[in-house]
Amino acid sequence: MTAPRLELRHVSKSFHDNGLVVKALEDVSLHVMPGEFVTIIGPSGSGKSTLFNLIVGLLEPDAGEIRLDGRAYRNRTGRVAYMPQRDLLLPWRSVLDNVILPLELRGVPRSEAYRQAREMLPLFGLEGFEEAYPTALSGGMRQRAALLRTILTERETLLLDEPFGALDALTRRELQDWLLGVWSRFRQTVVFITHDVEEALYLGDRVIVLSARPGRVVRTLTVDLPRPRRRGLITLPEFGRQEAILLEALGISV
Amino acid sequence: MNFEATPTAPASISPHRRPRWIREAFPPALLIGFVVLSWQVVAERSGLPAFILPSPAQVWRAGWETRDLLGPAIGTTMLETAVGLVIALLLAVAIAAMMDFSPFLRRALYPILVASQTVQILAIAPLLIIWFGFGLLPKVIIVVLVCFFPMAVSTTDGLTSADPDLIALLRSMGATRAQVWRIVRLPAALPSFFSGLRVAVTYSVVGATIGEWVGGSAGLGLYMLRSKNALATDQVFVAMLITTLLSIGLFVLVYLIERAALPWYYSAQRAEQWEETGIY
Repeated sequence: MTAPRLELRHVSKSFHDNGLVVKALEDVSLHVMPGEFVTIIGPSGSGKSTLFNLIVGLLEPDAGEIRLDGRAYRNRTGRVAYMPQRDLLLPWRSVLDNVILPLELRGVPRSEAYRQAREMLPLFGLEGFEEAYPTALSGGMRQRAALLRTILTERETLLLDEPFGALDALTRRELQDWLLGVWSRFRQTVVFITHDVEEALYLGDRVIVLSARPGRVVRTLTVDLPRPRRRGLITLPEFGRQEAILLEALGISV
Repeated sequence: MNFEATPTAPASISPHRRPRWIREAFPPALLIGFVVLSWQVVAERSGLPAFILPSPAQVWRAGWETRDLLGPAIGTTMLETAVGLVIALLLAVAIAAMMDFSPFLRRALYPILVASQTVQILAIAPLLIIWFGFGLLPKVIIVVLVCFFPMAVSTTDGLTSADPDLIALLRSMGATRAQVWRIVRLPAALPSFFSGLRVAVTYSVVGATIGEWVGGSAGLGLYMLRSKNALATDQVFVAMLITTLLSIGLFVLVYLIERAALPWYYSAQRAEQWEETGIY
């Protein structure tokens, strides 16, 4: 049996704030298999972003361990691709110079980095905007640029932290379908945080539900929906049934 | 997949609107014209002697008649200003970088920085003349003293203005501290740095002339001092106006460099958007 791409074993994390101890995560165990698309859902304050900061290596757990491909690294930074909630494009760089950032950090020659990035631009709907500054882009385009930058880290695992949270409902749906399209092509392992039940179900192979502070895994649901996903699925009774399970796990009565 | 790849539409400019620079330049030109004209009328009609209130026409004539003196004087003053500015700039950036690098240095240096700005220039200028003579050096030191502070403070602030999330993102990509500095913190500091530089250059010419006034063998400050002693008030005005024009010229120069260096910060779009929303 292959090792999980990502595994958390009994991970806990607290923060100290003005002498107050805030428990963000308590005894969280989960695993994500290679090529799997896992969505994590939870109320605000359930430590979702803390979870990502731990996986990425910006934070260390108080207890428990984090394994990537079966190994517990001393320094995990740079091993998984991380896309935070905000697009965080550098305002002083053009789109092209923004997306090549991970390649630049690794010392890939600039011309080679540009070539790789240009190849991907059409798929990300950014063709013709290479030289534009981020301020000139729409919200959806900025998120796609941020995602292209994340993909160009060329890591096997993508951590996406509510990437479509700030977008309007229509753009969000458009990008969900587009993301599934990109994923079906590259088949990376994806961990996707959201607080939208429909989004969690529509995108994921599995949905992990976290509780409110401190975050604990309260339920894992293997999604019973065919791939490729189509919009029409949302109206099926199976979809509604699974949605109800998730809502119940979140403590919302249906 | 097909996206409607529309960037936020640039504010449309109606064809009959006048060019931007005319819209910008017209109001101040009108006001200045009005002030000069009133000054001329008051000076002529009031019967005040020219050593109390010379008219703009007399000032213009005085400037023209002393042009042989003014040319070298401007040259001297600008040399002092330029050398002082360059030293102040290098020093300010070096100190800001040092303070950014070490909290210990920051604590040690910050009070001295503030002191350097609050020191009485009129008190220290004669001392500098006594120590360093009547040449270039004391004036340069005065320019450095006046210009260094705004640049050091704004650059220090600029270096801490980078978005912490952006730094976290780079670190998650495995960036080194040096890479974070070069890719995020330095570019993020540039707008503040330029703000400081713009303030500094407006002080710089005045700093140099103060030095010359107190103890100089050349320059606009000396021209001003001698004119005052001779009750040639029109010439005092000439020196004053030239000092002002030089300062404005430097300010505009920095502004132009800034626009060229930070196109992302000064996108025409942003200015237009502000105008549309009526913030201007």
